[in-house]
Amino acid sequence: MDLSSINWILLLASLMVAATPILLAGVGELVTERAGVLNLGVEGMMITGAICGFAIGVETNSAILGFVAAALAGAALSMLFGLLTQYLLSNQVATGLALTLFGLGLSALIGQGYIGIKGLEVAKIHIPLLSDIPVLGPILFRHDAMVYVSIFIVAGVWATLRYTRAGLILRAVGENHDAAHALGYKVVRIRLMAIAFGGACAGLGGAYLSLVRVPQWTEGMTAGAGWIALALVVFASWKPWRILIGAYLFGGLTVLQLNLQAAGMKVPVEYLAMSPYLVTILVLVIMSSGRGRAHLNAPAELGRSFHASS
Amino acid sequence: MIQLEKRPTPSKFWTWTTPVLAVALTMIAGGLMFALLGKNPFLAIKTIFYDPILGEFAFYYRGQLLVKAGPLILIAVGLAMGFKAGIWNIGAEGQYIMGAIVGAGVGLAFYPSDSPLILPAMILAGAIGGLLWAMIPAILKVKFSTNEILVSLLLVYVAEQIQAAMALGLLRNPDATGFPGSRNLAQWDASANLELIAGTGMHLGVVAALIAVIFAYILLSRHLMGFHIQLAGQSPKAARFGGVNPTRLVIFCMAISGALAGLAGLFEVTGPAGQISINFNSGYGFTAIIVAFLGRLHPIGILLAGLLMALTYIGGEAAQATLGIPAAAIQAFQGMLLFFLLGVDVLSNYRIRFLRKGVA
Amino acid sequence: MNLTKLLAGTALALGLATAAAAQDKTKVGFIFVGPVGDGGWTYEHNEGRLAVEEHFGDKVETVYQESVPEGADAERAMTQMALGGADLIFTTSFGYMDPTINVAAKFPDVKFEHATGFKRADNVSTYSARFYEGRAVQGHIAGKMTKTNKIGYIGSFPIPEVIRGINSAYIHAKKVNPDVEFSIVWAYTWFDPAKEADAAKALIEQGADVILQHTDSTAPQAAAQEAGNVITFGQASDMAEYAPMPRVSSIIDNWAPYYIDRVQAVMDGTWESTDTWDGIGPGMVEIGEITDAVPAELKAEAEALRDSIGAGEYHPFTGPINKQDGTAWLAEGEVADDGTLAGMNFYVEGLTGDIPQ
Repeated sequence: MDLSSINWILLLASLMVAATPILLAGVGELVTERAGVLNLGVEGMMITGAICGFAIGVETNSAILGFVAAALAGAALSMLFGLLTQYLLSNQVATGLALTLFGLGLSALIGQGYIGIKGLEVAKIHIPLLSDIPVLGPILFRHDAMVYVSIFIVAGVWATLRYTRAGLILRAVGENHDAAHALGYKVVRIRLMAIAFGGACAGLGGAYLSLVRVPQWTEGMTAGAGWIALALVVFASWKPWRILIGAYLFGGLTVLQLNLQAAGMKVPVEYLAMSPYLVTILVLVIMSSGRGRAHLNAPAELGRSFHASS
Repeated sequence: MIQLEKRPTPSKFWTWTTPVLAVALTMIAGGLMFALLGKNPFLAIKTIFYDPILGEFAFYYRGQLLVKAGPLILIAVGLAMGFKAGIWNIGAEGQYIMGAIVGAGVGLAFYPSDSPLILPAMILAGAIGGLLWAMIPAILKVKFSTNEILVSLLLVYVAEQIQAAMALGLLRNPDATGFPGSRNLAQWDASANLELIAGTGMHLGVVAALIAVIFAYILLSRHLMGFHIQLAGQSPKAARFGGVNPTRLVIFCMAISGALAGLAGLFEVTGPAGQISINFNSGYGFTAIIVAFLGRLHPIGILLAGLLMALTYIGGEAAQATLGIPAAAIQAFQGMLLFFLLGVDVLSNYRIRFLRKGVA
Repeated sequence: MNLTKLLAGTALALGLATAAAAQDKTKVGFIFVGPVGDGGWTYEHNEGRLAVEEHFGDKVETVYQESVPEGADAERAMTQMALGGADLIFTTSFGYMDPTINVAAKFPDVKFEHATGFKRADNVSTYSARFYEGRAVQGHIAGKMTKTNKIGYIGSFPIPEVIRGINSAYIHAKKVNPDVEFSIVWAYTWFDPAKEADAAKALIEQGADVILQHTDSTAPQAAAQEAGNVITFGQASDMAEYAPMPRVSSIIDNWAPYYIDRVQAVMDGTWESTDTWDGIGPGMVEIGEITDAVPAELKAEAEALRDSIGAGEYHPFTGPINKQDGTAWLAEGEVADDGTLAGMNFYVEGLTGDIPQ
């Protein structure tokens, strides 16, 4: 094995790219879950965002329009989930799974004309001055805009939840919807907004795959990223910055195991390939058994339907 | 103004009517989609819902319905118990894989013996394999309060890697000169789980699914454990005061669902699938979650939901092969069916009141 | 078998007009392992299906089923097609081997063609492509083009097909450049474009300036393009959208000639169970256009290599070749036999690392 052949600076830089789709989808789902709604349809919304973003991006030759379309498509699909769970009070777990099934089918139908088409080239932004800092510059400041947008979204979600009235109301709805209702908040409307935000973020995450990270359209290209995003939310114990840590940890492990292989490390590949999942479980166990008692942070009403007269 | 009013108990009338209504709505919406794709909607709907049961080749499809529904029902029955108690095992896919691997491994260790004990030993090993895999999230939950949704889900990916490693390494058929995949267990008399009556699709896994449904029904309606499960799901606090031991409940529910998923995998690998290959699993563990909820977590409901789900698979395949409808459209169609089934459920749990403005 | 009798009996009782229908139209079925939109393996098989339709027009009817899991579902899909009156069924994945044999036993009058397997019957043929011939040409170009002497190779799973490709490419790269090294990354998935992109990036970051892939997506192409001075080869389909750089050539699966041939044989009543393993010569493996990014002289060499393989004058596995552990495999001038190639599970001398198993 020749570990010196691994370029650690580039490795750290590419883990940020590898983590961005699950980071975006994860932070969206976090907001949804903080409002007390468990939407397991992330994979379906991501893949729909991936094709809509790719299609619009290629047609208009604008990545920005592609991302906007992806966010809209993800939000639109999530409204289907919202309608069923919030107005028709269907079971959230089952509805979310159905949404994934539907999204996978729908995206493949939309994408029939976009197979084998080359994607856009999304420019990298070299942030002036900062990108010239040795070591840190190449790692942190030479990415495409969406990497920064995703971090801004995390920061925005954190600030909103922590410091604003809107964030307070959102959390109240997630912790005790009956009390929030009694105080005069429109529980259903607030939850719908949270679901839509989650859908839009998942759409962005999907589009990041099809427009930047891969970039092409193929059926089923999210290949399970939506499930990882869901796992991240629990991993992060519903705290925005921990999503960032979790996503980078997971992305980092994936990139690292491929790098170790390329460097000729003599560990059986199948164990390397399962390492990101095992390490995630391990970290989770440590976190939930420690002083923090992470599991207690789960929104109290997560997954429960709200009905005003009940 | 429309208002929903919760019924004290679900309406008997609507409980039976809503599924029919949902299927009818799906036919309309799905028909529209097929028409948009340029296919004959009536023919498509007929191919999906009618042909597998009563069409020209129904003699073959009816058996296949059982083959497809068997593992779904077997897994869903186990999952439903946990879901009722608020224990979320969503990693049945991984337990299914591990049951198949452990069971197949135990059997292949004795190859080429023809002892009649081999299949029973494999069945036992399959159940244990699934059970042990489910014990990982269960024990982590009771010892460290680790979230079982996440752990059971992540373990699916780990199980998939183990499956690939087994198909390429330890369990690889030594006679297949370098090709991946285990020996064909359905072609080895000692391990073959064949149809009990030829042409019916009735193999041991289907029988096991039926037994599981009956067993679960009795457990939930007659047994103290069943009462504990219901209680824990409705009110965890009340359950604790009522003498329910939460640790035991978690272990019990995870063990049952893991063992049943493992059994499903074992019956699949010794019968319909035949061998452990790199991608032996085909999503039964995830689809079973939907089946459990469609069946409203009730054993009889799960039986019916499993058959309905199987029908859309078999009919959907037929629509692909005979009408050239893309697989994606079938997937979207299944999604629609689930949406409608879940959506109209509101009618059985709630009464709809139309109120004049101002009264509300 | 009881089921055979039952099926045959019921079919008779129902008075199926399979034979009558076959006279006006030949019905050809295809079982695909992925979606036709995967842009790779299944996509190319579907192109073959479309070529059959185009070639025979009204005389043929094709049906297909995509994303069919291996195992019970595959068996059902085949039975469904056979019951539906298919005369010839192509099953296009290795994992369909046992199901194909099972179903074929129940429908002795239906012809089956199984891709990449080794089990045959009176009504089951097997067919596969000698992609390693194309890999030899790639290896030659790669060995000459690399400046860092480091070539990255992305494999899916360590199965004989993939190992054969690695060996063939390595032998021919080494021949023109003794200093060349191969870094092999196993993705351990058939299909995950994002992981392929990450694997390509990892290889490039560690100094590889040629990326060979045995996975189907264009993700490695895009990663190479971004890196700038890295070359790649299209896999399964031409991937011409990445030409002239980074994609300098490609291996294309071209199933159309074979499919048309076999359908014709069924129509003529001359179909026989055969074992076909075709390469560049009969056109089953095509080398996509070598672009101007490759120096003219090297391009000519590569084309000469391609032509001599195609004409049967040169076999990519010609001795002397040793196995990785140094033991002799092929003596001077000896050519590998198909049996060993089909089940190849060892690296040749010079490759580093172990094959995961």
